[in-house]
Order: sequence, then C-alpha cells, then structure tokens
Amino acid sequence: MSNNILHVENITMQFGGVIAVNGLNLDIPEGKIVALIGPNGAGKTTAFNCITGVYEPTNGLVEFNGKAIVRNHPHGKMKKNYKGQDGDKYHGTIVANTTDVITKGGIARTFQNIRLWKTMTVFENVLLAKHMKAKQNVFSAIFRLNKKEEARMREETMKLLEEQGLDKFKDEIATSLPYGLQRRLEIARALATEPKLLMLDEPAAGMNPQETQELADFIKEIRDKYNLTIFLIEHHMDLVMKISDYIYVIDFGTEIAQGVPSEIQSNQKVIDAYLGVAEDE
Amino acid sequence: MKTKKITKGTLITLILIFAVLIATVILENTINANSILFTVIRKGAVYSLVAVSMNLLNGFTGLFSLGQAGFMLLGAYAYAILTIPDGVRDSVYYLFRGSSFHFSTVGFFEGILGSEGAAGFVSLILGVLIAIIVAGLVAALFAFLIGLPVLRLKSDYLAIATLGFAEILRAIFQWDKLGKVTNGANALRGYPTFSDFNITNEKGIVVLRLSSVVPLIIAGLCIFVIVLLINSSYGRAFKAVRDDEIAAEAMGINLAKHKSLSFCISSFFAGVGGALFAMFASTVQAKTFTSALTYEIFLIVVIGGIGSITGSCIASFFYIACSEWWLRFLDNTQYIGDYQIPLFRNGFRMVVFSVVIMIIVLFFRNGIFGHKELADIIDRKKKKKPGETAAADSSEKESTQEGETI
Ligand SMILES: Nc1ncnc2c1ncn2[C@@H]1O[C@H](COP(=O)(O)OP(=O)(O)O)[C@@H](O)[C@H]1O
Ligand SMILES: [Mg+2]
Repeated sequence: MSNNILHVENITMQFGGVIAVNGLNLDIPEGKIVALIGPNGAGKTTAFNCITGVYEPTNGLVEFNGKAIVRNHPHGKMKKNYKGQDGDKYHGTIVANTTDVITKGGIARTFQNIRLWKTMTVFENVLLAKHMKAKQNVFSAIFRLNKKEEARMREETMKLLEEQGLDKFKDEIATSLPYGLQRRLEIARALATEPKLLMLDEPAAGMNPQETQELADFIKEIRDKYNLTIFLIEHHMDLVMKISDYIYVIDFGTEIAQGVPSEIQSNQKVIDAYLGVAEDE
Repeated sequence: MKTKKITKGTLITLILIFAVLIATVILENTINANSILFTVIRKGAVYSLVAVSMNLLNGFTGLFSLGQAGFMLLGAYAYAILTIPDGVRDSVYYLFRGSSFHFSTVGFFEGILGSEGAAGFVSLILGVLIAIIVAGLVAALFAFLIGLPVLRLKSDYLAIATLGFAEILRAIFQWDKLGKVTNGANALRGYPTFSDFNITNEKGIVVLRLSSVVPLIIAGLCIFVIVLLINSSYGRAFKAVRDDEIAAEAMGINLAKHKSLSFCISSFFAGVGGALFAMFASTVQAKTFTSALTYEIFLIVVIGGIGSITGSCIASFFYIACSEWWLRFLDNTQYIGDYQIPLFRNGFRMVVFSVVIMIIVLFFRNGIFGHKELADIIDRKKKKKPGETAAADSSEKESTQEGETI
C-alpha cells in the first residue's frame, strides 16, 4: 500500500499489568475508509486513544503523513514490567504531542460516549472547533479587535451546519437533540477542525437500522466532499461490510485478521472471536 | 454574519446599573455621607469584583481555586506600596526606620502635571489607575508561576496549592526581614483611598462626593471586561474546558494554555480587587487576608450561582448588607421590655449566617441565578416555546449512559 496517511507500528498499551493493545500494526491509505472491529473490550478505543494522544502508549510508533507524531518505548518503572514485544526497538520519545497538537495537525475524532459540550448550543459546539486555528489572541478577542476573524468563524460554522442539515437546531442546547442528531453533530464538530483523517468511534451506536443505513451513506458522502480518510470502529457488521475498503480485526488487543470485507466475512478466526463473545453473554 | 443583538434583558440590566450609579451620586451628596449604606456600596463593589473573578475560574473554567485572599493581598500591598506619598512614607515605616522605596505613582504624575487643583486630581486618577493595574499584574504573575506546575495536575491540587500559597504569603508579608518593603506585621496607610476622590474647593470643603461611585465604576469596568472575555472565543473555550476537558482537547484547545490564561486573568482581577479593598479599608495589613476571606467570597459565588456574573454581583451586595448592616443587631444584646433575648450576643450573627448558608447549599444548590444572567431571566419570561421542555426531557435519558470511559 502506497500513500498511507496513517502508519501505526507495534503500538502497545499496558495499564499496570494489563495489556489492552498488543503490538498493533495498522496502515490507513489516503482517501479510503478503514474499519477496526473486534469484540467488546478488545482494545479498539484504547488504540484510538493512543493514536490521538489521549494515552501515551507504552511502546510503538505512529506516523501521520510520514511524520512521527507518537513514539515511545518502555522506560522507567515500565521497563521491568513490560510484557509486550519489541521493547527495545524504538528509541527516543515523543510524548509532548498532546491531543490538541495532533488535532491541529489534521486528525479529528468522535467519541464512543458522545462528548458534546453540554451547556452550549449546537452552533457554539461547532464554532468552538474553529477556535484553535483562529488568528486572534486573548486581548483582541476581549476588546473585539478580531471582528473579521470572529465573523469568518461564524460564517464557516453556519455553512457547515447547513451542509449537515443541522442549521434548524443551531440555537438548541446540543445535548437536548435526539441521539442520532447528537452523533451527527459530533461529526460536524470534528469536521469543523478541517481534518485530513477522521476517526469515528462507534458512530452508529444507539442508532436504529434505518439511521444506521443513512449513516453509511453519510460517511461516504463526507469522505468525498471533504477529501477525508476515514478510520472507524463499529459493531454494526452490515455497515462495516458495506462501506469499508479494508478491515482490521482485533481481539484481546492483538490483531487476528485483516483484509477486504469479503475475506473478513469468511475468516474462521473472526467468526470464532465473535461467536465466543456471543456465548459468554 | 450579524453579531448578537442586544436583547431587552441586557438593556434592562444596563439601565439598572446606570440607575444605581446615578442614585449613588445623588444619595451620597444629599443624605448623611457617613451612613452605613455607603460602606455597603463600597465594600459590595470590591467584593463583587473579587467574586466575579473567582466565578470566572470556578464557574466558567471549572478550575477550583482557593487563593483569592492571597491574590488580593498581593494586589493590596502592591497598590499601597506604589501610592504612599513620599512625604508620609517614613512615618508609615517608622518601626523599620523608613521604606526602601521612595517613589509613588501619584507623586510621579504630580511631578509632571502639578499637584494643584485639576492637575492634582488628574495626577491622582492616573497614579491610582497605574497602581491598580500593576497590582493586578503582580497577582497575575504569581498565578502564572503557581499555575506552571499545578495546572497540569488534577484540579483538586489547584485548590490545595492556592490555599497553601495564600497562607504562606500571609506569613511572608508579616516577616520582619521584609519590613522595609511590607512594613512587617504593621499596617500600611496614608495612600489614596476612595474619599480622596471627593472633589473639594480651595478651602478644602467637599463640594461633590464621589467616594462611593468611584469603586462602583472601577469594579463595574473590570466586570465589564470579564463579561466581554466570557462572551468571546476564549470564554467559549473556557466553558468547553469546564464542560468536557477531553472533548476540548480533542477539538484542538490547548488545555494548559487556556487554564493558565483563565487563572492569570482571574488572579489579575483578584489583585485589582485587593487594591480596591486597600482603598476601601484605608489600611493594609497581611493578617486581614485570611482563608476566611476566601470562603466569604466563595459563599457569595455559591449564593449568586456558580456561573452567573449578575448573580455574583447581587449576592455580594446582599451578603455585605447582611453582614455589615441588617444582621448587626444579632451581635448585640437585645431587650424586649426588661427581658433579655437569649442568644443575642457577639458571634450570633455568624451562627445565623452559617445556618442560612447551609439552607442555601442544601435546598438551593444552584444559588439565586444558577448559571443564568439577570438578562436571560428577563428575556426567558416572555418567550417560552412549548417544544422546549420535550426536547430537554430526551437529553436526560442520554446522560444516564454507561460510565466514564473515553
Ligand atoms: N485507562 C484505563 N486503565 C485501565 N484499563 C483500561 C483503561 N482504558 C481501557 N482499559 C482496558 O482496556 C481494555 C480495552 O478497552 P477498550 O479499548 O475500551 O475496548 P473496546 O474495544 O471495547 O473499545 C479493557 O479491558 C479496559 O478495561
Ligand atoms: Mg470502545
């Protein structure tokens, strides 16, 4: 695969003695839709958190657009306790990259449990995603010397809300919207940061079949419209199979399969992993 | 795009503020100028500013700090040290055989503009303003330094660190070795106070009293700046940090920078509040800036509503009026005929106060205004859309989702 916008190498996340993600390798080609699936507790969200800087992985490397954004190796107390592999492969640590820096670089995400700002309106939620790139400082903002910039942000926000069909709700408190629309709003907010890579953590969770169907079309639509690459976690298999160009499957933090949808559908390991979980429940 | 229109509620609030300013000037020049009413107005203005500054941090940014008294102390000392006239400096610092400073901002401007008549008044205003701004900057600088290590930790640490900081400051400022700067445990005095803003004629007789409206104006301007901040892009970012830190960071908001910014600005205005407090009290002594002062301010913020600026202001005046005036009688022994009412003695006021606070905290947890402003409440009364309540219900279901995983 050429032109990978995201390259993840040997990412391992160990919490105390528990390995949540174990030596994960991913390659996400530019412009594609790639899915990460696996049973509950497999470590999917943790992998997202390592890529976006929420967690500092114990070991491994993440490259975005060919540039290392996260790099770590077991050090300090973890050096002795490390249970993963390749503990001596990576040198030097990039941990100064907090989530906001990574977002500024062009990765935006949504959350499994919707995280909208609950006291703010729909409009303000999206508007605020423009804050980080605005040319202003606190003095110009207080004394309204940033009128042009503020007007630009508001205009772009309004345009985005109209494109997403959310303009009718612009003055509603974000969390008062129905569930499906909150998910849409969270995606709109992520889009407002003008990302190159959009990471969606279970975007269809809590949606009914019809909404899920609509979401599938919607994801393809925004990919084309905003020239995005999309990396998503999802449990609705029909959605995943329908829209994904490539699928990674993990269980207990380790990759068990990868391939195009048809390969994954017939993969015995994948079927076992999902059936195993179904029996437990 | 059009910017926000001024709503009716905002207009009414502005008119009310203006009316209070006019009424203050008129009353002060007509009724007995020594009335307790004016003490309440001056002290209420000072407390409003400090309460709003605390609200900016606690209510709008979600950072819990208990250092208000410490920042006020810094502001009060900075102001006093900068403005004590050279002529009285040595007598103020007589126990330490003089001060190590021989400079005053007012004196500096008098040197340029002259000290008589109108020129003197302008020098006074400029000198006081500069000193107030420096007072704020000193407080902000300290906030920045404390924030560097502490704001990266969980917010509980900020409360502990700022509380400790305020206590340590109080001790340091009373330290003998710094006597030539701080006057040790003794009071600083002789600097310009609010009554210096009363306009006098050549014979020194007051012709126009401004000593109560001046604190209202200064505090009012500062609060106005804070309101502008809250309604700006940065204010929205502060609220995002308060509502959901993880989402804020994921949307590109630099947490360390924004927390530090809010903390510094809040402390700047607490410092300005300290300078105003010095002007109100006419003496500055480190021992007044105890953690009890911080709790007083915190109570006001809670009573007014965490996240409501108008709430903090109204609660300040209300609180000061109660403690200085309306509830004073509780501290004195009272008789009905020959019968001495039990419990009425020194300290009873604080007991009643504590009970009132407990009732508020237990039953009116959101304070008078919750996180709304007076203007919102006026506006809300008129347009109550029927659809609104239905939408609000559905949000409650969602919030009972699974736990705190990211
Ligand atoms: N902050 C944390 N501390 C300790 N364990 C964690 C933490 N975050 C996730 N885990 C553990 O990692 C495992 C994977 O969780 P997660 O990534 O949320 O799974 P999922 O694939 O369902 O998204 C779980 O066993 C979870 O308990
Ligand atoms: Mg998950």
